[in-house]
Amino acid sequence: MIWFENVRLSYGDKVVFPGESLHIAPGERVALMGPSGSGKTSLLRMAAGLTKPTSGRVQVNARRLAYAFQEPRLMPWRTAAENVNVVLSDQPATMPEARRWLAAVGLSEAADKFPAELSGGMKQRLELARALAYDGDLLLLDEPTKELDAETKRVIMLLLREHVKGRTLLMATHDMAEATVLAERIYVIDRDGILPAQMQ
Amino acid sequence: MNGRLWAKRILVLAFWLGVWALLAGLVERELLLPGPWEVAKRLFALTATWGFWHITLVSLGRILLGAALGTALGVALAIGTSRFAFLRTVLSPVLSVIKAVPVASFILLVLIWVGRDILPCVIVVLMVAPVVWSSVSAGIRTTDRELLELARVYRFSPWRTLKRVYAPSVGPYFLAACHTCLGLAWKSGVAAEVLTVPVRSIGRELFEAKLYLESVDLFAWTVVVVLCSTALEKILSAAVTGLGRRPAWGGERP
Repeated sequence: MIWFENVRLSYGDKVVFPGESLHIAPGERVALMGPSGSGKTSLLRMAAGLTKPTSGRVQVNARRLAYAFQEPRLMPWRTAAENVNVVLSDQPATMPEARRWLAAVGLSEAADKFPAELSGGMKQRLELARALAYDGDLLLLDEPTKELDAETKRVIMLLLREHVKGRTLLMATHDMAEATVLAERIYVIDRDGILPAQMQ
Repeated sequence: MNGRLWAKRILVLAFWLGVWALLAGLVERELLLPGPWEVAKRLFALTATWGFWHITLVSLGRILLGAALGTALGVALAIGTSRFAFLRTVLSPVLSVIKAVPVASFILLVLIWVGRDILPCVIVVLMVAPVVWSSVSAGIRTTDRELLELARVYRFSPWRTLKRVYAPSVGPYFLAACHTCLGLAWKSGVAAEVLTVPVRSIGRELFEAKLYLESVDLFAWTVVVVLCSTALEKILSAAVTGLGRRPAWGGERP
């Protein structure tokens, strides 16, 4: 599904990846951990085709790709339901489906609110609802529960665990519990490169 | 609008009409400065004729057609130059030249190439297109890159990207440009008509009134120009305000 082959990525003088390789098979669920600035988001962006590697090759064989960004990318002029519906048909016919996804992340009350009226955690849940609604066979999640309180995080984790089944998952997280619940393989990114972590 | 505001406006209008009447009374020569009463009488006489409405509508149609074509051209240029860097490099000097050249020079230059009947329309296109071009380009430049990435990841069609990402960002810039351009189109269009005197045009009436020293007619037609401009601006303002409130054009959000 995803091949990173001898990927080198640098921003000016700063080298993020000196030449890393990683293969993620279809249906495999992989979590990336590591300190801030280690390159987790960069790896996700390369998988999404948003960042080109300085050298090396990134190949992604996905029919549909859904990406929940770390900083929610919401259209300020669209309501929460419309922000979800925009990745569906963007027609009134799929609005009930968009609302169902909002209900799944606990945002039914906020369906008709604009992003500016939502808290950070609500925006993040909206971002997740949109990514799940898209029904991609490849799911990229960038710190999906960062802004959530403990109880909401538990609910969202359960929802994610249910919906990542059968999909290829590549996620970035700081939370080991989140990584172990959702992923089969965990990699740690540090100055030595991308290394597999020991799973319990 | 409340009654107080209307009363204030009527008082201001009455004040300036009074000043005009006073000056006309002091000058005492209709040729130099006709009074408001004479001009109003002439205006009423003109509006009673079919020719007046024909001339006004032809001029209005010609200028509005030019404004519409200029707007379409400006939008197309903005999209083209934002998308292709080489087009921006090639066309940027043209934009600077068009902005710097006085309307009168354009009118005389273009008169060499096109007929006098369509010249005002061409001049309006030349005046409007650069303004719309600059403004819409600025709107495109300020479009949120992160939302464009979102559109890319979720494979939005070009139409959906245009409708859902670009339109709300560019909308306020486009509407502001339309507002500016209407006055510009009207002024440059009438100026072109005065210099080229096409058949059935307000410009020709102004030119002939000046030529035959018909000061009352000159003032009456100038009032027509002012009234048309004000009416068009009010209509456009209402449309712009209405559109600007719609979320699709960047409005109505907290």
